[in-house]
Amino acid sequence: MVRVDGGRDSSSLIQARGLDKKYQRGSEEIHVLQGLNLDVDKGDFVAFMGPSGSGKTTLLNLIGGLDVPSAGSITVAADEITHMSRSKLTEWRARHVGFVFQMYNLIPVLTAFQNVELPLLLTKLSKADRRNHVETALAIVGLVDRTDHYPRQLSGGQEQRVAIARAIVSDPTFLLCDEPTGDLDRKSADEIMNLIQRLVKEFGKSVLMVTHDPVVAQRADVTLHLEKGVLVEAAKPEGVTAGGLA
Amino acid sequence: MKFRGLIFANLFRKKIRFSLTIGSFAVALFLFGLLAVVRGAFSQGVEVAGADRLVVINRVSIIQPLPLSYRERILQLRGVKMITFANWFGGVYQDERNFFPQFAIDIENQRKVYPELTVPEDQWQTFVKDRQGAIVGAATAKRFGWKIGDRIPLKSSFLPGPWEFNLDGIYHGQRRQDDETQFWFQRNYLEERVPDRLKGQIGWYVLRVENPDDSVRIAKEVDELFANSPYETRTETEKAFAAGWVKQMGNIEFLILSIGGVVFFTLLLVTGNTMAIAVRERTAELAVLKAVGYSDRFVLLLVLAESLLIAILGGALGLGLAKLFTLGGDPTRGLLPFFYLPLKAIISGLGVALAVGVASGLLPAVGAMRLRVVDALRRV
Repeated sequence: MVRVDGGRDSSSLIQARGLDKKYQRGSEEIHVLQGLNLDVDKGDFVAFMGPSGSGKTTLLNLIGGLDVPSAGSITVAADEITHMSRSKLTEWRARHVGFVFQMYNLIPVLTAFQNVELPLLLTKLSKADRRNHVETALAIVGLVDRTDHYPRQLSGGQEQRVAIARAIVSDPTFLLCDEPTGDLDRKSADEIMNLIQRLVKEFGKSVLMVTHDPVVAQRADVTLHLEKGVLVEAAKPEGVTAGGLA
Repeated sequence: MKFRGLIFANLFRKKIRFSLTIGSFAVALFLFGLLAVVRGAFSQGVEVAGADRLVVINRVSIIQPLPLSYRERILQLRGVKMITFANWFGGVYQDERNFFPQFAIDIENQRKVYPELTVPEDQWQTFVKDRQGAIVGAATAKRFGWKIGDRIPLKSSFLPGPWEFNLDGIYHGQRRQDDETQFWFQRNYLEERVPDRLKGQIGWYVLRVENPDDSVRIAKEVDELFANSPYETRTETEKAFAAGWVKQMGNIEFLILSIGGVVFFTLLLVTGNTMAIAVRERTAELAVLKAVGYSDRFVLLLVLAESLLIAILGGALGLGLAKLFTLGGDPTRGLLPFFYLPLKAIISGLGVALAVGVASGLLPAVGAMRLRVVDALRRV
C-alpha cells in the first residue's frame, strides 16, 4: 500500500520521511521538495505526475540514491541511504535499483546483449551465468532474437525494452522509470507499459514511474501528483484509504 | 578481463579519430626513435669505449701530430700494459660522399689493444705480409660490396698521389654496437709515401692499462712526461676522449631533448584534447554506468585505460616503424656509423608514450570520475 502521510509503517519497502530538497540557482534558492513523506510496499506500482519543475525527477533521483536530500531520510529495505557515502551508494544502487530513462541511454557501441550484461560485469558471476541472466532478461522483454543488434539497429520501443532488460537483469529490489514512454509513439508506449505491468504482476517488482502522460499513469496502481514539491492529491479517489492510497 | 569489450568498443567508436590519434603517437614515437638513433650514433663511441684504454693526443689539437719516439717512453710507465698508435688518412672512395674513417695502424699491437674487433687469423697474416694490404669493417665492406681480394683505390684529402690497397680481410665487432666502418692499412706503407716532414709522426696513441683504477694517475704521468716539450700531450680515458669528440659537434643531447620535448608536449595537448572530447560526448553513457553501479574509480580507470591503450598502440607502431627504418642501415652514407635503435631506447620510448598517455588522459578521467549522475543526465 502506498501512503503519503508519513504514518509509521516499518514494513514498507521504501520509506521517505520529511524529504526536503533545495537548489541554489544564482542568488535564488529553489525549494523543490518540502517535507515529503512516502511509503511504498513491495509490488507497488506508483506513478508520479505533475508539471515540469514540480520535483518528480528529483524525487526519483533521491529514492534511487543518485542525489541526496537537503533534509529528511530515505530507507529502502531497512537500509538508510541518506547518509551513505558516494561509494556505498554506488554499491547499493547496483544491488537494489534498476533505472529506466526516457532516452533509453544505451551504449551505442555495445550490442543489446552487451548493454544488458553491463550491470552483471560488476558481480562475481561466471561468464556462463552472466549469459544465462542476460538471455533470461532479453526473453522477458521479448528480444531474444535481437541480442547481437546494436541500438542503432533497433526501433525506439525495442531500445527501451533493452533498457528495461538492463534494469532487471541483476534482479533489483525496485525499478525507477523516468518517463519511460516519453520518446515513444502510442503503440510502443503501450507495449512498454504492458511490459512494466508484467514485471509488477508476474515478478513482484516495485516500480516508481515519472510521467506526464495521464494514459500511461493510469496503468499504475496508484498515481501521485506533485506540485511544487508537495504530494497534493491522489489520482484514484477510489483507492484512498484512511491516510493512504490503495 | 571482462571489461575488455567495453574498453575496446569505446576505443573504436570513432574510427577516424582513433586512427588519427594513434597516428599522432606513431609519428611522435617514430621521431623519438630516430632521435634516439642519432643520439646513439653520436654517443656510441662513449658507450663502447674500453674502460682500460687511454688516448694520448697532441695537447694543441688532435690534428697536430706526436712523435713516434714517445712510444717507448710511455711504455716504461708503471701500469701501462701495451700501446698502439694510428694516423688519420682522410681519404675518399670514388667521390666525396663515400665517407668512412681510414687509419694507418700499428700492425704489431692493433689487435692487442682492440681485442673486440676481430679478424680471422689467415686474413690477418695475409694483411701483415702485404704492404698495400687493408682490413675493412664488415659494415663498410657491405656498404660498397667489397670482397676479399678487391683492389681499392682511395684519394687522400691531404697526401699526394693515388693510393691503392688490396682488401685482405674483414673485421667484425664482438658487440653489436662496435664500430664496423673503419678501414685499416699498414702504417709502414703510409710512412714510405708521406713527405719527409711528416715522417716519424703519428696521430695519436692508445694505451691499455693493467688496472683501470690507475687511469687517472697514468694519464697525469704521461702528460707530465712531455710537459714543456715541443709536442705536449693530452691524455684522457677513451670514454672522455669520445665524449669530447661528440661535444665538438655541438650539444647534440640538448638539441635532441629540445626537439623531443616540443614533439611530446604537442602530442600531450593533441591527445589530451581528443580524450576530453571523447569523454564529453559520452557524458550520458558515463552517467548511466555510474547509475547502474560502476564506481567513480572504475570510470576514472576506464578513461585512463583508453588513453593508455592509444599510447601503447601508437607508440609500438611508431617505434616499430623506426626499428624497420634502421634495419635499412645508415642512410647518410657513413656519417652515422652506429645506425640502430637499441632495446633501451625502445623501452624508453614506450615509457614516454605511457607517460604521455597517462598525462593526457588524467584530466578527462578525473572529470569523468567527478561527474555527478544527476547533473550529467540533466544535460542530455
